[in-house]
Amino acid sequence: MILHTVNRSPFGSDCLQSCLDIATIDSGVILIEDGVYCALANTELTELISTALTRHKIYVLSPDLQARGIADAVAEGIEAVDYAGFVELCTQFDKVVSWY
Amino acid sequence: MIFSLAIYGAPFSSQSSDTAYQFACALLEQGHSLHRVFFYHDGVYNGSTLATPPQDERNIPASWSQLAEQHGLDLVICVAAGLRRGMLDATESDRWEKPSHNLEQGFTLSGLGQLIEATMVSDRMITFGN
Repeated sequence: MILHTVNRSPFGSDCLQSCLDIATIDSGVILIEDGVYCALANTELTELISTALTRHKIYVLSPDLQARGIADAVAEGIEAVDYAGFVELCTQFDKVVSWY
Repeated sequence: MIFSLAIYGAPFSSQSSDTAYQFACALLEQGHSLHRVFFYHDGVYNGSTLATPPQDERNIPASWSQLAEQHGLDLVICVAAGLRRGMLDATESDRWEKPSHNLEQGFTLSGLGQLIEATMVSDRMITFGN
C-alpha cells in the first residue's frame, strides 16, 4: 500500500489528478503545502474528491491548512493530521510516493 | 524505523525544506532514526552558510546544521548539483581555484550514490519536491 503526497494547488497543477489516476484502491493520499487547497469544500473539485474518498483515505496536513487560513473549510471525509500524524502514516503505508 | 529524506527545493523559494525539517523533527521525536538527508537540484542551496535572512526570521541552513549536530545527522549535498550552483566546500574550492567556499557546518558534498544507498538501507525514503 502506497501513501501519496501532493504538494501543489489543484487550481494551477495537475498533480492531484495525476496522483488519483495512478493511485490504486486503498492507497492513501496526504495533501501538504499548497496541496492543502485540494481539501477545500465546495469547489469545482468536490466531485473528484468525493469519488476519490470512496477509493482512498485522504489526509491533509493541519499546520499547512492553518498557515493558509482554511482549516475550517475542509471537505467532509478528509482527515487533518499534524507532523507526528504524517510520520505515523508513513510508517503505516509500505512506501511513500511524492507528487510535486 | 529508519527514514531518509530527499529535498529538491531551495530554501525561501519553496516550502520543501521547511516541510522536510518539521517532518525530520517529528520523526526523531517519535524515536525513529534518520539515516540521511539528501539535497538535490535547487535543494543544494539549503547548505549555504552565507544565507543571511533577517534576524527575526528562521534561518533554514542553520536550522539543519543545528539539528545535524544534535542528532548526528548525515546531511549530503549532491556534488554535481552543488558545484554547478556554486556550493563548494574547502576541498572543491581549492581544486577549482575559487576565492571562497560556502558549505554550512554539518553538510558534506557527495555523489548521487548516497541517495541510492539511502533508499537501500532505509525503511522509508520520503521525497520533498520543490
